[in-house]
Amino acid sequence: MNGNDFTFVLDGENIRFEPGQTIMEAATQAGIYIPHLCYHADYRPRGSCKLCTVKINGRFGSACTMPVQPGMQIDNDTDELTAMRRRLVQMLFVEGNHYCPHCEKSGNCQLQAVAYHVGMTDSHYPHFYPLRQLDASHPDMLLDRDRCIACELCVRASLESDGKAVFGLAGRGSRTRVVVNSESGLLGDSDFSADDVAARICPTGALIPKREAYLRPIGARQYDLRDIAHNAPPDPPSPEQMP
Amino acid sequence: MQAVDYRQINRILDEHRRDPLRLVQILVRIQHDYGGCPPAVRDYIAKAVNVPQAQVHGVVEFYHFLSPERLGDYRIYLSDNITDRMLGNERIMAVLQQDLQVRRGQPRADGRVHLDYTSCTGLCDQGPALLVNGRPITRLTPALAGEIAERINAAEPLDAWPAHWFQVEESLRLAGPVLAARSEPGRALQAAFQQGPERLLKEIDRSGLRGRGGAGFRTALKWRVSRDAPGKAHYVVCNADEGEPGTFKDRTLLTRFADEVFEGMTLGAYVIGAEQGFLYLRAEYGWLYPHLVAVLARRRAEHLLGHQILGHDFNFDIDIHLGAGAYVAGEESALIESLEGQRAVPRTRPPYTATHGYLHQPTICNNVETFVKTTLIARNGADWFLASGTRHSPGTKLLSVSGDVARPGIYEYPFGVSVQTILDACGATDTQAVQVGGPSGTCITPLEFGRAISFEDLSTGGSFMVFNRSRDMLAVVQNFTHFFAGESCGFCTPCRVGTQLLRQSIDKIMAGHASARELADIAETASTIRSMSHCGLGQTCANPLLDTLQRMRPLYESRLTSLDFVPGFDLDGALAPARELSRRDDAAAHLGQRCDELGCIVNSEGAGARR
Ligand SMILES: Cc1cc2nc3c(=O)[nH]c(=O)nc-3n(C[C@H](O)[C@H](O)[C@H](O)COP(=O)(O)O)c2cc1C
Ligand code: SF4
Ligand code: SF4
Ligand code: FES
Repeated sequence: MNGNDFTFVLDGENIRFEPGQTIMEAATQAGIYIPHLCYHADYRPRGSCKLCTVKINGRFGSACTMPVQPGMQIDNDTDELTAMRRRLVQMLFVEGNHYCPHCEKSGNCQLQAVAYHVGMTDSHYPHFYPLRQLDASHPDMLLDRDRCIACELCVRASLESDGKAVFGLAGRGSRTRVVVNSESGLLGDSDFSADDVAARICPTGALIPKREAYLRPIGARQYDLRDIAHNAPPDPPSPEQMP
Repeated sequence: MQAVDYRQINRILDEHRRDPLRLVQILVRIQHDYGGCPPAVRDYIAKAVNVPQAQVHGVVEFYHFLSPERLGDYRIYLSDNITDRMLGNERIMAVLQQDLQVRRGQPRADGRVHLDYTSCTGLCDQGPALLVNGRPITRLTPALAGEIAERINAAEPLDAWPAHWFQVEESLRLAGPVLAARSEPGRALQAAFQQGPERLLKEIDRSGLRGRGGAGFRTALKWRVSRDAPGKAHYVVCNADEGEPGTFKDRTLLTRFADEVFEGMTLGAYVIGAEQGFLYLRAEYGWLYPHLVAVLARRRAEHLLGHQILGHDFNFDIDIHLGAGAYVAGEESALIESLEGQRAVPRTRPPYTATHGYLHQPTICNNVETFVKTTLIARNGADWFLASGTRHSPGTKLLSVSGDVARPGIYEYPFGVSVQTILDACGATDTQAVQVGGPSGTCITPLEFGRAISFEDLSTGGSFMVFNRSRDMLAVVQNFTHFFAGESCGFCTPCRVGTQLLRQSIDKIMAGHASARELADIAETASTIRSMSHCGLGQTCANPLLDTLQRMRPLYESRLTSLDFVPGFDLDGALAPARELSRRDDAAAHLGQRCDELGCIVNSEGAGARR
């Protein structure tokens, strides 16, 4: 291997990369899916959901934040990692209140889709049933914290794309939660708009537009048709694109 | 309670130059003066320092000792390390609740008194201990607790309480070269100026000094990387967060050897080319703040800090930042977030602190003891340092010994000392187990007492807790597991959720509701948490469970139910709100979550009825 050899090995396959890319970026460019929830190509990686954990030269690390080095040996799609990712997704499910059968986001939800991808068939852990505040004060948007996985994508999108800082994270540990930048703490009193990029970024049903829930029937939605691994881009379609 | 005075708040803001980087410092002060940071004040501060309201909100809710409600004139936090438990802190809590007519974690009806537990306050050698408005009272007895309550009920200000109540003892039990040496302030600096920064760094390198905070990273290597890294400015940070339960040796060093600590920081600045340093002092040691400020002032007057130190072309000064109650803030990148006025959430690495630390500039972050050792190496040379310790762990280590021992306190030993030697010296008898390195460290049983304290064998940041045979080791595990659940910062999924799951598991085991399946499950969950967590907290939070499952499995097995399955859902717990509403807490209002031979849940004893 010489200094110009920008390749690494992912699940036994030689992959080219551009210097400075993270493992996630290089894999995505090569058409390889690494499960993720808090990562979004448009924003600084945060590295918190840990779903993208891979084995890098035998040690665990986050694909979305780790820069690729030439010659790296990376395991991604292995039984060991899938089993651990299944436990992680189960943790996310029991931590919040996720009632998929009556959730508007069902079928378009990345959490649900990743759960299918890693073969989750039950919740395994006891549910926490936390009490979390629902915020329906905004005329066009709903913030249902029951479904929030604290990925901080809304925070980043509002800050970096909308230049607004509508959201922030507060609390510590299991009480970590999204808070809104307004004196009352209510979304309706903030400068949030349904046209914001942040309004379309939430991977789950926590931050969703009102009155769009059933425009497309369950069964015909994004991840109902295809596994999340073969489903780029991950953003749910906007109303204009809907049939 | 004092009314909120915005002129006073403006003064506080001005003292901190309305600098958003000082947000945590501002809020610590407001909490101290008003007993809380209510929403109106929070929003006022957000506007004044020009940060989003959500950031101030986030910070207030993150740290244990900041609160959105005003907690009253007397804010009492009872230390809840396992050593405090063993010394009877639950009795103290009971007396305080009774005499003060207050319930733990809930403000008293008149809003004047707040009482709660908190993680280890670093006073384990003289527990049970508490902090009242940040001031420590140690060696509590039920009688003393009663007297405290009396004075609070009489609304007597703290300054009128007997001064000796607030005395903290420093028990130096065994002095090695650090504790025995008294160095004249400035001697190490003079030696350094004679050598120049490069030779000083080589000398530290030759000494083989490794970080005393626990991880044992080569100090010289860290300093060199930082020195060579380009940046607008370089910074020195001293980690005085000392949050690992059972550790209190930095408390002693800050009390007795503050000059050596600051001199070590100054040496670091000289080597890497820094002009600004920070000492991050854990909130629980806030009572040391006046003393440390006085030492800094004296050192400035002696030209050991400030402009043109000892007449050389070298400027450096140190600022003390207070923590606000968060174990995770001891993790160096989380500490830096806190220094920048944020929630103490560990950063993503790479890049590392040495190149991208404070304000993303090159920064060295070292433990208190590491800086003291640097001072001694600069003064006495590497050979002196290399004369003790082992090949891979040269020098000595300060140990904070507590628990079931006759003589708790600080012991200085060369690395390589055996656990048994320490146990003999501190008067431990009938020892069942030793927790080396705190909850995140290792729990060992007598079979392993021949093992050595060193980075290559039993690594420790200084915590050494001893348990004799009368102790229930699972209660120890439960205490530690609850500690981690309370301290997880919540950033990453495996630790945020996993620490709660482990807490549920140990509680279920202690309640006698766990089945054999639970034990297998713990190991699997633990390995997910350990492998996938973002920082050392998550990576080590399962250690207490895993160590004891491995070494003391019969203890667990004796508590299992014979059934193969007990539901994880806590029916009795789910009834708590109903009990609260109906103001009932009698036996019949509880469900014992046990199944009969048919798998039906039966009521607890006394309740009788079958479901
Ligand atoms: C959760 C957590 C808490 C920590 N707490 C402390 C602490 O209280 N004091 C300390 O010196 N290091 C602590 N550390 C280690 C620091 O991250 C860092 O390694 C250390 O300050 C480096 O200094 P040293 O090289 O001089 O040991 C902690 C690490 C973790 C993961
Ligand atoms: S509301 Fe959605 S985008 Fe925002 S943190 Fe929660 S899950 Fe992530
Ligand atoms: S391991 Fe725990 S403490 Fe560390 S970043 Fe993750 S949630 Fe925070
Ligand atoms: S996608 Fe990498 S940690 Fe969330």
